[in-house]
Amino acid sequence: MIHMKIILQALHPSCGFVTTTDTLLQVSVTSHARPSVIHVAGLSKSYGSTRAVQDFSLEVFQGEIFGLIGPNGAGKTTAMECIEGLRVPDAGQVSVLGLDPFRDIVPLLNRIGVQLQEAQLQKRITVREAVTLWSSLYRTTVDGHQLLAQLGIAAKTNSRFMTLSGGQKQRLFIALALINDPEVVFLDELTTGLDPQARRAIWELVRGIRDRGKTVFLTTHLMEEAERLCDRVAIIDHGRIVDVDSPSGLVDRHCPERTIVIKTPDARAVEVLAHVSGVESSTREGDNVVLQARSVDVMTGLIASLAEHRIAVTDFRTVVPTLEDVFLKLTGHSVRQ
Amino acid sequence: MSAFPSFSSFSFRGLGALTWLEIKIFVREPLGVIGSVFVPVIVFLVIGRTFGSRMTGAEQGQRGLVGVDLAVFAALLISISAVLSLVTIIAIYREGGILKRLRATPLRPLTILTAHVLVKLLFTAITVTLMTFLGKRYLPVDIPIPWVTFTAATLISTLSILSLGFVLASLAPTARFAQPIGTIVLYPMIGISGLFMPVDRMSPALRLVAELTPASHAVSLMRGAWYGHSWLQHTGDLLALALIFTACTVLAVRVFRWE
Repeated sequence: MIHMKIILQALHPSCGFVTTTDTLLQVSVTSHARPSVIHVAGLSKSYGSTRAVQDFSLEVFQGEIFGLIGPNGAGKTTAMECIEGLRVPDAGQVSVLGLDPFRDIVPLLNRIGVQLQEAQLQKRITVREAVTLWSSLYRTTVDGHQLLAQLGIAAKTNSRFMTLSGGQKQRLFIALALINDPEVVFLDELTTGLDPQARRAIWELVRGIRDRGKTVFLTTHLMEEAERLCDRVAIIDHGRIVDVDSPSGLVDRHCPERTIVIKTPDARAVEVLAHVSGVESSTREGDNVVLQARSVDVMTGLIASLAEHRIAVTDFRTVVPTLEDVFLKLTGHSVRQ
Repeated sequence: MSAFPSFSSFSFRGLGALTWLEIKIFVREPLGVIGSVFVPVIVFLVIGRTFGSRMTGAEQGQRGLVGVDLAVFAALLISISAVLSLVTIIAIYREGGILKRLRATPLRPLTILTAHVLVKLLFTAITVTLMTFLGKRYLPVDIPIPWVTFTAATLISTLSILSLGFVLASLAPTARFAQPIGTIVLYPMIGISGLFMPVDRMSPALRLVAELTPASHAVSLMRGAWYGHSWLQHTGDLLALALIFTACTVLAVRVFRWE
């Protein structure tokens, strides 16, 4: 494994809103040197006085699942649609598979697959007709029926779009995004509105796409989805990229602290455990003693101390920070707001 | 606010497939074909049979509504209902993100819209042809109907009004408003089309409006076709319809919204 650090310098700072820290993005790539398939530098897009995306720069490499994460309205969809060539940015450079999404839109659309957020099809189009139409539009295509079978909607081939459930519609849209065997697949909020079971099935499918060497670029406001699915994520807030790394890399960097919850009736526990090396705070919350520690190194000391003072413990768990905590820390607000 | 670039990009790739698909989808609409084909034809036949005896003598200049103009009036209604249908469909497709999804394929923007225009022209042609054929067969008077030129004149008129439809489709903020906005703009056009009052007898202001809207030229052209005039006699109407088509298309390119 080669560990390399790439420093991206944003090329087109927009409208004087750029600070030095914003233009420097650290991207760590824990992988063999893979070719870059998406390159974005200094992308900006406003709607009237609303700056949807500001000075947005990133690099996506072949064969990874890259997630753009942030709350609704953070600018994820705008950024993605600028990269897909569906929207014209106000400033910045975009290159996908070495192609310019505006000059070379048709050759590009032939090589990418797109699933849009909240898209619909004609109410009375059948699944078969949609797949047939899409197949007729591309030079290279995969077997549509096999694709529907893989996605578990083969039984719906003759059904009209309006009779499909939310999950079935979403699977059809994924099928349509994959019909041309694309090199890069763009998935915008692909599991929104799906039940947990359908969500997991679709995650498995996306991993399958990656495992066949394709690149997946997705957006999600679900931190769990990003954590479980993405190789790397970019946290986006108010149209700006806050940080980019693997989910665990982000957690380690921004939230190294651990919360340890120990269930004990022993009144001494709060005082005793507060003195263990590495423990920053110790408070009693009902039956539990809740400890804050700066790192996982504190565990051995805690266990030793509990044994030494013969403190009876009925439960012991650590709360590992998640991307959600990272998001809160980096942006000062919850992703759910 | 035009969210998408390159409206004017067109390619034949997928045009046939998309047009055929939209035809099938339109036929599946519960009231699609009944409303756009059978109702106008039946209404034409019923009115024609009721007032049929007064349909003769048109050549002598009797031009009431229930004269020769019945066919022109019916054709204009068919044409306008096709445009209304287009305005509504485009608004629904835009609101549902269907237009956007189609644009994210190698289908080009103008290809998508052209498919809808072709569907509307096809059903207009079918309806007008059916109307003239059945009219010939079932109306009590035997009048010579130049159905090829009459259908052609209707299609040319429809195409011109369809371009106005794209401007209207851009003005409608949501699908709910598409139908009312279309109705408010398109139906009054019939009133000043010259069917009820000759254009040259209108007040100057009204006459200017009539000349600027496609319906007056459409009526003049279709009347000419019904009477068996040569196309050359209607160069003015053809030119006016072409100008309106060009102006509306240029305007639509600037104001059309894809989402």
